[in-house]
Amino acid sequence: MSEAAALDAVVSDAELALHLFARNPSLFGGIVLRGDGPVRDGMVAFAKDAIAKFGPVAKIPSNVDTERLLGGLDLTATLASGQSVLRAGLLDSAAGGVVIVPMAERVQANVAAHIAQAMDGGDVAAILLDDSQEPDEAPPAVLNERMAFYCDVSALRSFAGVKASKPIALADVQPLDEEQLYAIAATSAALGIGSVRALLFTNSAARAHAALHGRTQAIDEDIAAAVRLVLSPRATQMPQMEPPPPEPEDEQPEDDEADNNDEDRQIEDIDLEDILLDAAAAAIPKHILDQIDGATKRGGKGQGSKSGQKQKSAMRGRPLGSRPGVPSNGKRLSLIDSLRAAAPWQNIRRQLARADDMRIIHIRKSDLRVRHYEQRTESLTIFAVDASGSSALSRLAEAKGAVEMMLAQAYVKRSQVALIAFRQSGAEILLPPTRSLTRARRALAALPGGGGTPLAAGLMAAQQLAEAAQRAGQTPTIAILTDGKGNVAIDGSANRAVAMEEATQAARGVAALGLNCIVIDISPRPREEAAELAAALNGRYLPLPQAQSAAMVAAIESLHTQ
Amino acid sequence: MGSFPFSAIVGQNEMKQALLIAAVDARIGGVMIFGDRGTGKSTAARALAATLPLISVVEGCRFNSAPEAIADSPDYVPGAKVKAVKARVPFVDLPLGSTEDRVLGTLDLERALAHGEKQFEPGLLAKAHRGFLYIDEINLLEDHVVDLLLDVAASGENLVERDGLSIRHPARFVLVGSGNPEEGELRPQLLDRFGLSVEVRTPEDIADRVEIMRRCDANEQDGASFAAAWADEDGKVLKRIAKAKAALPKVETPESILEDMATLCKAVGADGLRGELTLMRGSRALAALDGKKTVTRKHLKEIAPLALRHRLRRNVLDETGSTTRIERALEELFG
Repeated sequence: MSEAAALDAVVSDAELALHLFARNPSLFGGIVLRGDGPVRDGMVAFAKDAIAKFGPVAKIPSNVDTERLLGGLDLTATLASGQSVLRAGLLDSAAGGVVIVPMAERVQANVAAHIAQAMDGGDVAAILLDDSQEPDEAPPAVLNERMAFYCDVSALRSFAGVKASKPIALADVQPLDEEQLYAIAATSAALGIGSVRALLFTNSAARAHAALHGRTQAIDEDIAAAVRLVLSPRATQMPQMEPPPPEPEDEQPEDDEADNNDEDRQIEDIDLEDILLDAAAAAIPKHILDQIDGATKRGGKGQGSKSGQKQKSAMRGRPLGSRPGVPSNGKRLSLIDSLRAAAPWQNIRRQLARADDMRIIHIRKSDLRVRHYEQRTESLTIFAVDASGSSALSRLAEAKGAVEMMLAQAYVKRSQVALIAFRQSGAEILLPPTRSLTRARRALAALPGGGGTPLAAGLMAAQQLAEAAQRAGQTPTIAILTDGKGNVAIDGSANRAVAMEEATQAARGVAALGLNCIVIDISPRPREEAAELAAALNGRYLPLPQAQSAAMVAAIESLHTQ
Repeated sequence: MGSFPFSAIVGQNEMKQALLIAAVDARIGGVMIFGDRGTGKSTAARALAATLPLISVVEGCRFNSAPEAIADSPDYVPGAKVKAVKARVPFVDLPLGSTEDRVLGTLDLERALAHGEKQFEPGLLAKAHRGFLYIDEINLLEDHVVDLLLDVAASGENLVERDGLSIRHPARFVLVGSGNPEEGELRPQLLDRFGLSVEVRTPEDIADRVEIMRRCDANEQDGASFAAAWADEDGKVLKRIAKAKAALPKVETPESILEDMATLCKAVGADGLRGELTLMRGSRALAALDGKKTVTRKHLKEIAPLALRHRLRRNVLDETGSTTRIERALEELFG
């Protein structure tokens, strides 16, 4: 397929998905539009117009607070009037219609959960505008899962908003026949899609596609379109591909198994399924395949890392007393303190008040006090493991053991662990911050050894993770397991002098973050390189000729308590 | 979205069984469901709540009080007339990120500010009283909220001592938690508080997947007639629960089975007494559901994975899954 033709296909698919969604929002839950730009604005405007004919449309900013989302007491108005003034929540006002969520990748977990709950109630659909830049950024999984369509519109140049010829009502379309249902089920299994919702969305999309084209019975083309629109973006594996090794537990109903289950039916189905698999394979975006090695994309990062983020200290934790302020954004009113602040002024205010003002207590906005809490931040230990040939493979096994032991402890203490490996030409994040034993074990088991030592790259990767953790309110600690002998430069060239120079610079960069660092020397005999690295990092140096996991864990533990 | 008939759920027998056991004996202490998104976890719990017979509640009571227990409700004014009405078994879906206020209840700000009155505004716990409290992604819920929930679930009572309020009200519910262990695990001490746990997998059988699509489609097209078509089956489930509830106090547990339970717990290294207690209660409820008067090894074997798999001490370096370890022990001990 030529590039222009490929782009046309993308255009038509995104438009198609939008048409299907706009005609039956609640049936499809929602649509994700990824990639900012005027084309997307046009698409949103089109959807708004289409949906406004039968239901409300509300925009939910990503920084919305729970009160506004769910409704409640309007405090300022209540105080001014002396009567309770209630305000409807955004979700209530969008009932029967659609909510538009800009910057959906930044939506907080609790907001996402409330929207998801409203969607489960069936009264709201959503348009998620995903402005993610990084491939591992995504809207919260709890929302993504409930959206029928994902469209990457960043490559689009125009949106015409044209409509299909003679659409009929969805109710006039017959249910799919047996063969078509089997084809959808088998295709989703071959693509490694576990969710039942995906199946249901595909089924609905096929019928809606038929309706859009004025057909009372879905044909192969409708099924193929539905598979392309709904199943392809969710694929976790290429059809007929070897199961990726790090994901042994992923549901991969073997095709053979399906064959055995209904052998006779398989024979007649084979054609349709093949068409569908082709349709799906053509539409699977490249970067999805890149991610197959790692965690399942949408499940992976979205929720996992969000959960580690801590809310502001105004919300929870150990009480620290109160401060002037208006309750909002989760800050709680401290009623007793507010009344105490208002008390001295009661006589004066009563005299100043109008004669018909019968309020018992006169409270002004300036009297309000909100609670403050102190919260212990979560800790994150970043292991940067030198997996080069020079740190012999046996010690790599010990380092692996240490990380597993740390994780077992973190599991009880609710702190997180991340794992970076550096070898050959660069550093790789094997395990983004997690508490999951399951994933950690898998990542560790898959860590290979050998090659040069790109020490600088490893340090920079650790720094990036640490910075991200700090932004999320965590307290990172970096543990570097290396012999300190960098010999691969950042650009991947084997130049010892440059490599060491760069490593020292990278170490100073890490030191500037002011974190607790520890360098664990895993060379057979302690050398000065690792000690120098520790000095540049402004961290501790621990020579461990024979790295023993328990001793290593104890050393890192002592860092946390400092 | 109307609720889906409980008996129309395809497959997922283990989850359905765990929920039925919890419906028969609420003391079992909650059900934890592990599994991926979109595998019908909340649908099953919601469906069961909707299938159960209507309960009798006091009209206007914000705490779902039963007429005979109205004296426990903070809303009760002595001497006031009590009018009973029928209501559905409550099903409360607790969203992630719920604050303590919303869960426990809090001072009614509206009344406090506008009228200068101190009144309690009930939270989700009061709403869930006598029903189900479902928590999706419980592994992502804030620790302190989970602690509160488990405490209330264990004591059956919500005690609020804050904001100058001092209130207690009954809150007995079946706690159903769900989560995906890939996205962060639960602390062991928390897991231990759950009575049963089940692992839900996506139906891998193509025919099952097709059947799911077909049934959901039928439900969407015409929910009323779909529900009617399954009313008989749901009625049977209902009868089974009612019978089992009535028979439960009379189910006998032979001494030898109790010994078996202790042996099993010891063999798999399930810490604490909760494992044995749950084994006992669970196999009793299972026997009652089967219409049997005596607990047998068959019941014990059936309940053991559900009652124990989340209580085994994790060995980081051991890859063997908990379920396999229990099955192996069952095989060795009882053949």
